[in-house]
Amino acid sequence: MIQERGYLDMQLLRFSTAGSVDDGKSTLIGRLLYDSKSIFEDQLEAVEAASKSRGNEEVNLALLTDGLRAEREQGITIDVAYRYFATPKRKFIIADTPGHIQYTRNMVTGASTADLSIILVDARHGVLEQTVRHSYISSLLGIPHIVVAVNKMDLVDFSEEVFNNIVVSYKDMAQALHIRNITFIPISAKDGDNVVNRSENMPWYTGAPLLEFLETVPVGKDVSNVHTEGQGAFRFPVQYVIRPISSRFPDFRGYAGRVASGVVRVGDRIKVLPSGLESEVTHITQAADELTEAYPPESVTIQLSDDIDISRGDVIVRADEPQPHQEQELTVDVCWFNENPLQIRSKYIVRQTTNETLGIVRTINFRRNINTLEKESGVTQLNMNDIAEITVHTAQPLTFDDYRQNKVTGSVIFIDPDTNETVGAGMIKTE
Amino acid sequence: MSNITHLKELESESIYVLREVAAQFERPVILFSGGKDSIVIVHLAYKAFYPAKIPFPLLHIDTGHNFQETIDYRDALVNRLGAELIVGSVQESIDTGRVKEETGYYASRNKLQTTTLLDTIDKYHFDAAIGGARRDEEKARAKERFFSHRDEFGQWNPKNQRPELWNIFNGKKAMGEHFRVFPISNWTEMDVWQYILQEKIEMPSLYFTHERRVFERDGQWLAAEPCIKLKPTEQVVTKQVRCRTIGDITCTGLTLSTAHSLEDIIEEIAATRVTERGGRADDKRSETSMEDRKKAGYF
Repeated sequence: MIQERGYLDMQLLRFSTAGSVDDGKSTLIGRLLYDSKSIFEDQLEAVEAASKSRGNEEVNLALLTDGLRAEREQGITIDVAYRYFATPKRKFIIADTPGHIQYTRNMVTGASTADLSIILVDARHGVLEQTVRHSYISSLLGIPHIVVAVNKMDLVDFSEEVFNNIVVSYKDMAQALHIRNITFIPISAKDGDNVVNRSENMPWYTGAPLLEFLETVPVGKDVSNVHTEGQGAFRFPVQYVIRPISSRFPDFRGYAGRVASGVVRVGDRIKVLPSGLESEVTHITQAADELTEAYPPESVTIQLSDDIDISRGDVIVRADEPQPHQEQELTVDVCWFNENPLQIRSKYIVRQTTNETLGIVRTINFRRNINTLEKESGVTQLNMNDIAEITVHTAQPLTFDDYRQNKVTGSVIFIDPDTNETVGAGMIKTE
Repeated sequence: MSNITHLKELESESIYVLREVAAQFERPVILFSGGKDSIVIVHLAYKAFYPAKIPFPLLHIDTGHNFQETIDYRDALVNRLGAELIVGSVQESIDTGRVKEETGYYASRNKLQTTTLLDTIDKYHFDAAIGGARRDEEKARAKERFFSHRDEFGQWNPKNQRPELWNIFNGKKAMGEHFRVFPISNWTEMDVWQYILQEKIEMPSLYFTHERRVFERDGQWLAAEPCIKLKPTEQVVTKQVRCRTIGDITCTGLTLSTAHSLEDIIEEIAATRVTERGGRADDKRSETSMEDRKKAGYF
């Protein structure tokens, strides 16, 4: 029973892994799942049978995550796969993403919701082009923690010197990136060294094994962190207006949404954007429960003292806090997802929080070479998987923050109005 | 002040998704099977729109091979919520010649449901069908989006899915196309039961231990009901069982269990070494049977 109560109190950590089979990524995930008893017998039997019928000598744990027929046939990960496991301390969601450059968009997708990213480095090869790429994407998406797992330590005689050299060269490379916390862990996924259990082969390593680190790293969902994380200002994009119009609730008017950042309390003076009208919070509810305050990422319903015009796409903020930007000109780091290239003067639907408007691409400032991190100028169009800084002019002003300050109000997607496809993802820059 | 627990975070995410559906679509519907996942979806929808009524009807695709307890539970729930119930009948699809009934010992109406489902979606012009599928259930479902596009034939194209970033969902579509939406994508079986316990959600009696006439086939226990044809060697016996998943009788494997309470069930799941779909005959047909059925428009 103690364990069950522990389970109810657990926190969630979402992390992404990028890499290919060669890096030992599937082996690492397989080990985390297997050692935490998250692989069931029937799944293991199915993978064993599938490995055998493909002529693999050893059980191929990659078949656990590669779920689509095409992936299993080609032996590659194409799309993001989500895997779940729990220990008595935390519940984990892994976004397992393909590492090849032609799947950059899938890596971006998997990284967009991650609290932490694991980057695998082969101890024999050190920091490679793809290490740079994976690190850049993690930093671009604003993932607060990066774990550099130096794998295959068994193949370099568990050498401390090899590990230290990789640490130095990685830190050198990472200086150009905005990464807040980097942790280096020497592992051997194949034999489980420093994955779940401390490795006896590397007594020189005094830090935590990978799983212990994942179980204890602060995830920024502690309420006490709301103000210290520098994301203090309250932002509440209105999703939906609840109006029952019933005999029991004739005048109820509630604004439903999810707290994007900050904290709101009953009695707070608030402002509605873009109208700028002010009012006061009278009720914060979750179904029938009355709350006194709400934090991210809670979905709540807010009621106000005044009957003012508010609809989906509006943002409620606190009157006494720093205000978001309201502009029609956006500078955006964009990752392009579609076979139809982005071109200057193309029009797209821009969706941001619960709002949407039309936008036209004004300029492509530069394209980022994601292997060397160099800026390439003179670019006139963006192809699939390109990452670039662009400027966009929107038909209506948007209410936003810098992506580095606020992932929810600082992110946009681009939708092709002809095909309805999501063609790009953008992170707004205000500095 | 406590931290946000994982159940709170999952609940919040699912409520957010349900509110997005209400905002982005004109005619959404909840696919209600009577199983635990769709019961949780209905509970989440109740919380998402309170004190207003759930702004979606419930759609039950009735194979005609349901446990009576499922139908009783469904009707009581609809009554309590004041919700609209729509029933799509597989029997009617058979009678009108839309589908052909399978025969033999392994005959099941599970696959036939797809036609009834797509016909019903078409008939009522539903543009979003909300389901309780979870990514941890099955390997093809691990690749699903929250908002999953379906073409005018109701087909899923897993190789060309819309990228889904942050929590920005794109529900735009052409006429005749629709979406499947999976608000509890990130929940595991354990999360579902812990949430049911936390929220004190009343559950169908089938999930708890009871005496039932059963028989064993291919290593699993099935209910001895007229809709399954017994092989000459199969013996009907009475056992203490419970359902781990609830679906059509012909493909619902029963677990030998003495679990009386939600706490018992949670303990049982924590100790089990077989996935919940390990008892589903419909998944055992081939290595990619779920992917194949989903491409055709299955739940």
